[in-house]
Amino acid sequence: MRAFTIAARELRAMFLSPLAWVIAAVLTLVLAWLFLAQLQFHLEYQGQMGGQAPSAGVTARVAVAVLSTAGFIMLWIVPVLAMRLIAEERARGTLTLLLASPATLTEIVLGKFLGLYALLALMLGAFVLMPLSLALGTTLDWGHLGAATLGVLLALGAYAAIGLWCSSLTRSPTIAAVTAIGLMLLLYLFDVAGQLRSEATEAARWISLSTHGASFNEGRFSTTDVAYYLIMMLTFLTLTVRRLDADRLPH
Amino acid sequence: MTAPLLQAPLLQAERLTRWYDQHCAVRDVSFALRKGQVLGFLGPNGAGKSTTMQMLAGVLAPSAGRITVGEYDLLDQPEAAKSLIGYLPEQPPVYPELNVDEYLDFCAALRRVPRKQVRVRRDDAKTRCGLEAHGRRIIGNLSKGFQQRVGIAQAIVHQPAIVILDEPTVGLDPIQIREIRALISELGREHAVILSTHILPEVQSVCTDVQVIHRGALVFADTVAALATRAGGSALLIELRNPPPADALAALAGATGVDALGAGRFRLLGQPDAVAVASAAVHGGWGLAELGRERSTLEQLFVELTSSDERAGDEKGDGDKPAAATEAA
Repeated sequence: MRAFTIAARELRAMFLSPLAWVIAAVLTLVLAWLFLAQLQFHLEYQGQMGGQAPSAGVTARVAVAVLSTAGFIMLWIVPVLAMRLIAEERARGTLTLLLASPATLTEIVLGKFLGLYALLALMLGAFVLMPLSLALGTTLDWGHLGAATLGVLLALGAYAAIGLWCSSLTRSPTIAAVTAIGLMLLLYLFDVAGQLRSEATEAARWISLSTHGASFNEGRFSTTDVAYYLIMMLTFLTLTVRRLDADRLPH
Repeated sequence: MTAPLLQAPLLQAERLTRWYDQHCAVRDVSFALRKGQVLGFLGPNGAGKSTTMQMLAGVLAPSAGRITVGEYDLLDQPEAAKSLIGYLPEQPPVYPELNVDEYLDFCAALRRVPRKQVRVRRDDAKTRCGLEAHGRRIIGNLSKGFQQRVGIAQAIVHQPAIVILDEPTVGLDPIQIREIRALISELGREHAVILSTHILPEVQSVCTDVQVIHRGALVFADTVAALATRAGGSALLIELRNPPPADALAALAGATGVDALGAGRFRLLGQPDAVAVASAAVHGGWGLAELGRERSTLEQLFVELTSSDERAGDEKGDGDKPAAATEAA
C-alpha cells in the first residue's frame, strides 16, 4: 500500500521541520497551564462542598475541560500543520514525483491525510497524558474520558481533511492556511444561523463543526456524531482527489 | 541502428494533442521509441517539449490521442504503465530535508520495488549516477549538479524500461554536463531514453534519433546518423573578397556544388578539400577572408525549421506548416 509509504515520509518530514515541534511545545505549555488551573479550581470547589468523595466530577471538570479546549485550539493549529501538504509539493515540483509514480491519486491523498492524522494523534496522545496523571491520585471515569478523547480525535480527522483540501487549491502554503482557518471558522460558527427552530436552521446546526463534540464531552458515544465526522473526512478527501485530477485533465 | 527496429516499440505515442483553454500546446504528435534508442526531443522554448514529456510520464492527460507503454495503455492502466517509466522533470523533484539514501528508498517504495531489493537498487542507482559517497548527505545541501544527479538516480532506481529526461543538463557547469551526457549514453544501452533539450550539440553527442517540435507539432524526425550523412557532413563555408564566378568554385577538388550566400560568402557542397581551396584562392587572388567547415547541419536544419515558419506562422496562423512535417517510423 503506497499510501503508507507516502504517510511515513510525510510524518518524517514534519518531525524534521521545527514547525511541528514548536507547535507541540507551545500547545503543551498552554494546556498544562489550563490543566493546573482547572485542578486548582476543582480542589477549592471540593473543599467548599465538603463530604463528597474527592473523585466526584474530576473527570468532567478537569480532564474533559482540558481535552475540549485542546480540540478548539486545534481548529487554529491544524490548518498550519496541513498547509504545506500539497501546496509546498506543488511549489517545489515534487508533486510531479508522486503524480508520475504508479500511486493512484486516492493513494496519494490518503497518504498525505494519514501522515498528518498520525501526527495529530500523537499530539493528542501527549495531551491525554496530563488528565491520565490524575489516575495516580484519584479514580477517573474511564468511559467519560475515552468518549471525550475519541470526540477530539474524530474532530481532528475532519480538520485535517479540510486543511488538506485547502492545501490542494494553491501553491502557496500561507494562502492554504488562511483559507483553511477561514473555512473551518465558518463551519464552526455555522450554527449561529440555527438559533430559531426550523428545518433549514436544523440543517445548519447539523453541518456546523461545533455541535458534534458535546455528546462526546458528556461521555456519550453518539453514532450520528461519529457519522458526521466520517462524512466530513470522506467529503473533503474526495474533493482533494478531484482537485488533483482536475490539474491533470485538459480543460 | 537497424536492430532495434525489429523489436516492438516500448513507447508509442499516437496523435497526441493537448489544449490549455484556447491554446493548443501539442498537436497531433506521433512517434515510437524502441530499446536502445536515445531520442533527442528538440525545440525552441515554449514549443511543447515539456507538455509532451509530462503527457508521456502520465502527469498530464492528453486532450486526444493514445500512449502505449510496453503492452499497457497509459490512460487505461496507468499503474502498470507508470511502473515502466522513470521521469525527471525540468525541476528535479527532490525533498530537500531528506538525505540521498532516504529519498531514493522512498522513490523505490513508491514504484513498488520489493522491500528486499530496495537497498540493492538504491546502491546501483547511486553508483551509476556517481553518488556513492553522498548517501548520507542532506539533499538540500547538495549543489545543483548533484541534485540533478539525484533526480536522475530517482528516475532509474526502479529499473524502468523507459527513461524520460526533461532538459537534464540545464544549469550545470561544463564538466557536469559532460558527466551527465556520459551517463545518458550509458543509460541508452539498457533503457529507451527520451531527452528533451534545446542544446543542439547535446543531441549530436548522445542521441541516436532526433525529433524537432515547433509550435506543438512535430516538424522533423530522423536518426542522427542519417542527419550526418544527409549533407555529407563536411561542407565548407568560405568568404572571399574578390570572388571568381561560381562555376570556378564548383570545379574545385571534391566540391559537388556551390551555394552563393551573398556578400562574398559561399558554401561548397560535397567533400571539398580545404587545402586545395586555400591554394586556389591564393593563386587566383580571390582574397580569402574566412575558411571553415560548416559547424552543424543540425543547427542549420533547426534554424530553418523553427525560424522561417515563425514569420509565416505569425501571419498565416498555425495551419500552414512546412512540408518537412514528418511522422516517425
